[in-house]
Parts: sequence; structure tokens; C-alpha cells
Amino acid sequence: MQEFLDMGGYAGFVWPSYIITFGLLALVFALTWRLLKTSERRLEALQAARGRRPRGKRGAGPAAPAQSQSQPQARETEKAPAGAAGESR
Amino acid sequence: MHRFANPNRFLKLANAILPWAAGLTVILTLAGLYYALVASPEDYQQGATVRIMYVHVPAAWMALFVYTAIAVASAVALIWKHPVSDLFAKASAPVGAAFTFIALVTGALWGKPMWGTWWVWDARLTSMLILFFLYLGHMALMNAFDDPQRGYKAAAVLALVGVVNVPIIKFSVDWWNTLHQPASVARMDGPAIDPAMLTPLFLMAFAFKAYYITVALLRMRGEIAEAKVRAISMSQVHG
Repeated sequence: MQEFLDMGGYAGFVWPSYIITFGLLALVFALTWRLLKTSERRLEALQAARGRRPRGKRGAGPAAPAQSQSQPQARETEKAPAGAAGESR
Repeated sequence: MHRFANPNRFLKLANAILPWAAGLTVILTLAGLYYALVASPEDYQQGATVRIMYVHVPAAWMALFVYTAIAVASAVALIWKHPVSDLFAKASAPVGAAFTFIALVTGALWGKPMWGTWWVWDARLTSMLILFFLYLGHMALMNAFDDPQRGYKAAAVLALVGVVNVPIIKFSVDWWNTLHQPASVARMDGPAIDPAMLTPLFLMAFAFKAYYITVALLRMRGEIAEAKVRAISMSQVHG
């Protein structure tokens, strides 16, 4: 085991290489996961705040919600849905 | 390709691929680590430092691969206004930057015991450093504008201009005198490396590729969610 950890005397070069490689890849994955979860939570919160609205007929992608701008409850905001909804309800 | 310009259709495909890519990443990484650290022989000249090769070389391959992928996606985005291409380029850049950084750092850690120096300003190392800065510039441009579309366009132009660096990196070891060894795997006369060393090299290379697919798809999912958030917020502001 000691021999394995020693890496033939090059432990100071081999192990840092592997630690930096997999440490950085793990960090990028962790940041990606956090970004994804934050975005999905924000989207869910917004969609929940908008209530049950009919979805776009085709391709409800990023541009789709903008097509239904005229609906009154679209004035609700993410942070204060109840307060912001006061003017439209 | 244009079929997947629709983000929702793309999401379906991404969600189908993700578990496989993630599973492959884990399995290939574990197998790669076993072969790289335990089951492969030491080099007769370089001793155990040859084990650095199993992370250094695949990381350098990925650095070039990811940049080329970004350049192709940028061309597609500029020519056909393909929205998912922009997101793909944006999602890829941090992964490519990470792989470039890994290649540079592990190269220094390999260079010190074998060449006697951490760094030399020769063509291969310098062009790799430029690639790293291109990635950082790409990421900075993507986020530099309030209107994401302007950022995507500026970054796409940078990616296409910077792609000239890719062949320079690849052939730098042939065109100029350098401490860096020439290509020993992708050669016309076949790899000049023992199969016992090629196994961990390729396992790690495929592990990195599966990792890239996993992380890029996750980031694109996040970007698509962000784009929807922006669209809903805009409709509320202007509604």
C-alpha cells in the first residue's frame, strides 16, 4: 500500500494531478447542479404564481409565453404574487 | 438538427440521454482510475509519472474537442439562428475551460519531474494557454450584455475567430521545436503506445466525453429554464 501511495517517488506529482483533475470536474458538476436547481425552482415558482393558464398551442418554448401577454393575471410577479395581483384582480 | 431548435423537443431528447451519460461517466471513470493507477505498468523511462498521462492527454483532447464543438455550434447559431446552438455553446464553455485548465496544470506537474521545469513558453504550451483565455473570453462575452442574444452573437464571433488556434495547437509539436513530445496516439502509422497504456487512456477519454455530455445537457436544461423565466418575466412587465 505504501508503495502504491509512493508512486515510485513521484507521489508529489501524480496525486496532485488526479486530485486537481477530479476535484475540478466535481466542482464544475456541483456548480452546474446548483445552477440547474435554482433555475428550475424559479421557473416553477413563476409558473405557480401565474396559476393554471392554458399553455401555448405549439412549441411552448422561451418565446411562447410572450404570445399571451394580454391575459390579466400576467401582471403577477414572482416575489409578491398576491400584492402585485391586486391591480388585476 | 433543426428539429431540435424547439427547446421542448430538445429537452425530451436531453432527458432521455442524461441517465445513460451520467451512468457511463461513473462506470468509465471508475474503470479508468483502476487501470490508470493500479492495472497499468510504469513507463521504463518515466516511471510512475506516466500515470499523469491518463488525465493530462484526455483533458487536452477534450479541450480541443469542446472548443471545436463550440465553434461548429456558433456557426450554426449565426447562420440559422438556431436557439439551442447558442445554449449549447454557452453550456460547453465552462466545461472546456475546466479541461484546458486541467491539461495545463497536469502538464506542469508532469513537466517538472520529466523536463525539469514547470513551464516553457513554447508553441504547444503557449497555444494551450491562449485556448484557455479564449474560453474565458467566450464566457465573459456571453454574460456581458443585458440582452442575452447580443452576448450569444459576440461570443459566437469570438469562437469562430479563435478556432484558428485549434490546428495551431494540434500541429504545434510538428511545426516548431518544443519540449513537448509529438503525437503518439493519433499517428498515420498507428499508436506508438503499449496497449496496456492505451486501455486507461481511452477509458479516461470516454469518461471525460460522457462527463461533458452530462454536464452540458444539465447546463442546457438550466439555460432553457432561465430563458422561460425571462420570457414569463418579460410578458409580465409588458403585459
